[in-house]
Amino acid sequence: MTAEIIVVTSGKGGVGKTTTSASLATGLAIQGKKVAVIDFDVGLRNLDLIMGCERRVVYDFVNVVHGEATLKQALIKDKRYETLYVLAASQTRDKDALTQEGVEKVLQGLSDEGFDYVVCDSPAGIEKGAHLAMYFADHAVVVVNPEVSSVRDSDRILGLLASKTRRAEKGEDAIKQHLLLTRYNPARVAVGEMLSVKDVEDILGINVVGVIPESENVLAASNSGVPVILDENSYAGQAYSDTVARLLGEERPLRFLEVQKKGFFQRVFGG
Amino acid sequence: MGILDFLKRRPEPSAVVAKERLRIIVAQERSTRGAPDYLPLLRNELLEVIKKYVHVDIEAININVERDSGHEILELSVALPENAKPGTTAPAAG
Repeated sequence: MTAEIIVVTSGKGGVGKTTTSASLATGLAIQGKKVAVIDFDVGLRNLDLIMGCERRVVYDFVNVVHGEATLKQALIKDKRYETLYVLAASQTRDKDALTQEGVEKVLQGLSDEGFDYVVCDSPAGIEKGAHLAMYFADHAVVVVNPEVSSVRDSDRILGLLASKTRRAEKGEDAIKQHLLLTRYNPARVAVGEMLSVKDVEDILGINVVGVIPESENVLAASNSGVPVILDENSYAGQAYSDTVARLLGEERPLRFLEVQKKGFFQRVFGG
Repeated sequence: MGILDFLKRRPEPSAVVAKERLRIIVAQERSTRGAPDYLPLLRNELLEVIKKYVHVDIEAININVERDSGHEILELSVALPENAKPGTTAPAAG
């Protein structure tokens, strides 16, 4: 396949997989790449809401897998970026509606259509949907919160990426693993209430590709169906932009790891 | 230690506790990753047998499966307590 497949996964739920998938896909499209982002959470469709295209879903991923619609019919073109497309999860079928052959056919189809990147938004857990989302991946973005259960689950996922994927089974080059730390609160880290970036890197033995600070802008962005990376004034949005640049090979220092002191104008006018 | 030092002593930051707990559990889970399902059971049964002779704690028993090209090695190590006496109930070291 010529398209690069990126899975966004975590094991634990609620850590920011869909937020991350939406922002990474949008960020890659901003960089001029042709990108499809696929919701693998069959039965619990949500990526469409975060991308702001929920009212334009006609056909979904499962329809394409079962030959009930073509890829062209099911891909929803983003209203902001020409080269960005969303493939929604089915809301009515069960999780067995996806098969390995079916997923491969869709990914191959996207590759043939000239897509540069396919971002696979994995469901939580380690069951079938999560397995299929990671199986064909070239890159994995493991989303982790600085919190004990999320860190442990992500280590489990790192183990699965290294053993239960096509690249592992075929003995090809391993999936490139990237750790993305989200909901990071520098103030709590400073007083010893939260694991630091270094703590998480030490425990998992892998460096982060980005750190997204905890931010009220993330909720505001999902409320309005605009991926937070498009909120250029927010730290979270800027941190996602940095992450996309790093995924594309650019070197950028980590930002927003220190407690931000608000300046006079910020205190008076907010922001 | 003076009484002032005692009063000033802060509890360990919870992030330090979290890191230490994760370090241990992640190392343990990695060592048994991809290993056969029967390993935890094997470990418990071995513990029972060993306990008949020496008092050791379950944490003193380490089981590892290592894969080399073409063959697997089941590695078992038991850390014996320092003054191991048969059947004693002395607390096990490490």
